[in-house]
Amino acid sequence: VPNFVDSFLDINSALTTAPLLWSGLLVTLQLVVMIIPSAIVLGLLIGALRDLKVPVVSQLLRVYVDLMRSFPPLVLLIFLYSGLPFLGIHLSEYATVVLGLTANGAAFFGEIFRAGFASIGKGQREAGLSTGLSRLVTEIVIVMPQGIRKVIPPVASNIIELVKATALGSVLALPELLRTARMAQGMVYDATPLIIAAAVYLLLLWPFVRLLSHLEMRMTLVASK
Amino acid sequence: VTEFLHYYFNLPIMAAVFPQLMWGLLITLGLAAVTIVGGLALGLLLAVIRAYRIAPLSFLVVVFVDMFRALPPLVIIILVYFGLPYAGITFSPFWCAAITLILVLAAVAEEIFWAGIVSVDKGQWEAARSTGLNFLLSLVFVITPQGILIVIAPLTNKVISITKNTALASVVAVPELLNAGITAQGVYANPTPLTLVAIMYIALFLPLVQLSNHLESRFHYTR
Repeated sequence: VPNFVDSFLDINSALTTAPLLWSGLLVTLQLVVMIIPSAIVLGLLIGALRDLKVPVVSQLLRVYVDLMRSFPPLVLLIFLYSGLPFLGIHLSEYATVVLGLTANGAAFFGEIFRAGFASIGKGQREAGLSTGLSRLVTEIVIVMPQGIRKVIPPVASNIIELVKATALGSVLALPELLRTARMAQGMVYDATPLIIAAAVYLLLLWPFVRLLSHLEMRMTLVASK
Repeated sequence: VTEFLHYYFNLPIMAAVFPQLMWGLLITLGLAAVTIVGGLALGLLLAVIRAYRIAPLSFLVVVFVDMFRALPPLVIIILVYFGLPYAGITFSPFWCAAITLILVLAAVAEEIFWAGIVSVDKGQWEAARSTGLNFLLSLVFVITPQGILIVIAPLTNKVISITKNTALASVVAVPELLNAGITAQGVYANPTPLTLVAIMYIALFLPLVQLSNHLESRFHYTR
């Protein structure tokens, strides 16, 4: 047991590496703040444009969404980071992660919102149009608010997935939480920093996972009735 | 444009790296197969255990599920690969990735199977029990199959997204598709292999994504 404590829960290792891990956590939080709102806004836009069936744009967005859902986000990040420089485009690690995960997250949000908007009945749209609202205004003030409410659980789930995906930044040596934990592990030669990093992710996300679990259970029960 | 084609769609390089990448793809498929079979089986087992509603057991299942839903899979792979050796436990890179993805999929699948099981009408339970089946047989042969049908769409979705995580194995040097692509890119000093990697992933997953779209739309109609 002492051996286990030394390797996984060493207090000295924790103290020495705490500042480094703290700086990593700040980078992770910055990524979250940059990526999630922009991906949601783009996703709403994609969902609305596809729901309005704007010719050409709608089809192109469908292709975009299906392609983005078809390869792992890590492949996209590596492509942006090590493929684009051949064209003379150099992105920093930070910009790569923000750009890649926003593009990827927007596709998933787009699909979720599209399904939500599509589930709003024709009657709602006709009612909107009959009061003299244009199609666009009907979409924005009548369809979208109701559609968004229907897809809160999958949106929440996708937010959690995106937060977890920021750990991919470590592969590009972006000093976020996981990367700093690996660096710290190299400094103290034990696994304590990795355990701390895992604990921090758990603390950050556990409340949301619990909440999501409740929401999903409620939705399934309603859906099956 | 020629420059673009030279760097991203260089046909001679594509032809040269194709065999290597096919090997990578095979390893990706192997890892995916192990993950899906192991993850779904373990997830179903956990959901069945939870159906007995024995408080301490259910609590343990929920803690397991929550943990593996909250932790980024990459963090778990790194912990298994770099952390466990300090406790004298070592797995090959392939099995580090496989064990991680099995546990992650099991957690998500348990949650979905469980939602399916509880949403089966109570009358089905009563009917099954009244024909003389015991609790376990009713659960396995009557309730669970119906529960799985109810949740087939979200389940497919999650299986796809977790199977895509096989790319994370490249981080611990499993020579799967992404890893093979990165290696080849280094050899040729040209990112064409990565294009081919992306094309292979798309060839593999696009049909599955379409299938899940189809299942989801059917799910909505039947509702």
